[in-house]
Amino acid sequence: MAAERATFRIWRGDAQGGTFQDYPTKVSEGMVVLDAVHQIQAEQANDLAVRWNCKAGKCGSCSAEVNGNPRLMCMTRLNQLDLSVPVTVGPMHAFPLIRDLVTDVSWNFEAKKRIKRFKPRPPDAPDGTWRIAQGDVERVQEFRKCIECFLCQDVCHVLRDHQMFDAFIGPRHLVYAAALEMHPLDTENRIPDLKRAHGVGYCNITKCCTKVCPESITITDNAIIPLKERVIDQLYDPVAMLFRKLRTRD
Amino acid sequence: MSISTVPVRLAHPRFGETGRRDAWWIQPLVVFLGLSTFLVYATWAAFQGDHYLYGPYVSPFYSPEVFGPSAHSWFGPKPAVWPAWLPFSPALIILPIPAFFRLTCYYYRGAYYKAFWADPPSCTVGEPRSSYWGENSFPLILQNIHRYMLFISTGVLLILLFDVWKAVWFADPTTGAVSFGVGIGTLVLALNTVLLSGYLFGCHSMRHIAGGCVDQLSRAPLGLRAYSCVTCLNRRHMVWAWTSLFTVGFSDLYVRLCSMGVWSDLRIF
Ligand code: SF4
Ligand code: SF4
Ligand code: FES
Repeated sequence: MAAERATFRIWRGDAQGGTFQDYPTKVSEGMVVLDAVHQIQAEQANDLAVRWNCKAGKCGSCSAEVNGNPRLMCMTRLNQLDLSVPVTVGPMHAFPLIRDLVTDVSWNFEAKKRIKRFKPRPPDAPDGTWRIAQGDVERVQEFRKCIECFLCQDVCHVLRDHQMFDAFIGPRHLVYAAALEMHPLDTENRIPDLKRAHGVGYCNITKCCTKVCPESITITDNAIIPLKERVIDQLYDPVAMLFRKLRTRD
Repeated sequence: MSISTVPVRLAHPRFGETGRRDAWWIQPLVVFLGLSTFLVYATWAAFQGDHYLYGPYVSPFYSPEVFGPSAHSWFGPKPAVWPAWLPFSPALIILPIPAFFRLTCYYYRGAYYKAFWADPPSCTVGEPRSSYWGENSFPLILQNIHRYMLFISTGVLLILLFDVWKAVWFADPTTGAVSFGVGIGTLVLALNTVLLSGYLFGCHSMRHIAGGCVDQLSRAPLGLRAYSCVTCLNRRHMVWAWTSLFTVGFSDLYVRLCSMGVWSDLRIF
């Protein structure tokens, strides 16, 4: 891509209201959306609010909606986009808007606190350490890749369209709960919470979260559905419940 | 300097409203048409009650024949308790098992909530209703019976496997002597059973039973290897779901058209 021009249609405004405004700018090979936004901020709109940090897809700060798709701006290359028409860049819809591209995601940190902490079994060795086979811990390592960009929370229709922030903790936190719940050392039981307080039943497995995750975490199939199955084991399936009861009695 | 301004509301989206520019409606439309076509065909075929046997072949819609008019029937003809207002067909007894298995399947659920109920129509596309219960309460809480449907369907799959075995023994129409052989129909039924197995053994509930239910995978109830196999099939669960849906419908069509004399089955050897 030689140096050319492209137009970015960027949301300007705050909770009271706003508009999308067009900013034509020069673009060149290798640029990402965040580069273009920074260039516009430097040259045309010094007061444009945008959150970013690492420019490497690892801090999870630059989440936005590019052409209507929840994306990290720093990981969206311009050569993936059709530059013959304006590229829209808007803030995440699911969270309260602070200004321009910046939203208030603090609800996520509060919601995370409601999940029971990691509670490991007593240490395996006198020096206070544990022994875990790699094969046993592998499954939860996928979940630890999460960078808390909250794009999955933004795209999830339960939060985005139905605003059920009190009843449903959202895919990111189900991933977090799965990482704890499936951890080979953990002894806590989060299943009753997952059903009631965290509302895992509200997820209707439509997989939008999995599609947007920049870390390619298979959120729905590897975290949410296995948790739903564990909830069934403990709270719905009478045969599994009976089986558990008999086993714990032995 | 901004050149122009485009006023846009950043409020609750209306039905179908989205900032997306791609043809987001194609996927739900394809799912809607694919499932509807199958539903219409399967309902029609199930009510026929005829043309489900040809030579050594039996249509998977009609197997096992628990009650029915043919010699394959387990317990003889139509039961006396069958309601008079409902047309009788052997398929009506067996078909609800795979139907409920697919209806409660985690893949199909996500797909038909989008395609048939627009919940959501597609990712980041506005929904028609503001109320939402998800699978948290009645009726969709009943989806949790999926594992039971899995157990029963595994039994049906074993019977279909036996049908493939039977489909390699051809009776000579004149002498009645039975000989080993393979026809196109044998291959159709065999392929269908392979794809159905891939679908069924990659089921999310199967994955849970195989090892998902424990924290230490080295203690997986069916062994780590079984868990890995199920996980591997599970990754392509959608593909297994669609291909097996197609072949199960096609198997019925094949047997039906052969039996009706529209198609003639080719004996390979
Ligand atoms: S799969 Fe569940 S958690 Fe993920 S976006 Fe859909 S409803 Fe939300
Ligand atoms: S799970 Fe993926 S999409 Fe969700 S917050 Fe973590 S990294 Fe972002
Ligand atoms: S700036 Fe860190 S993820 Fe984009």
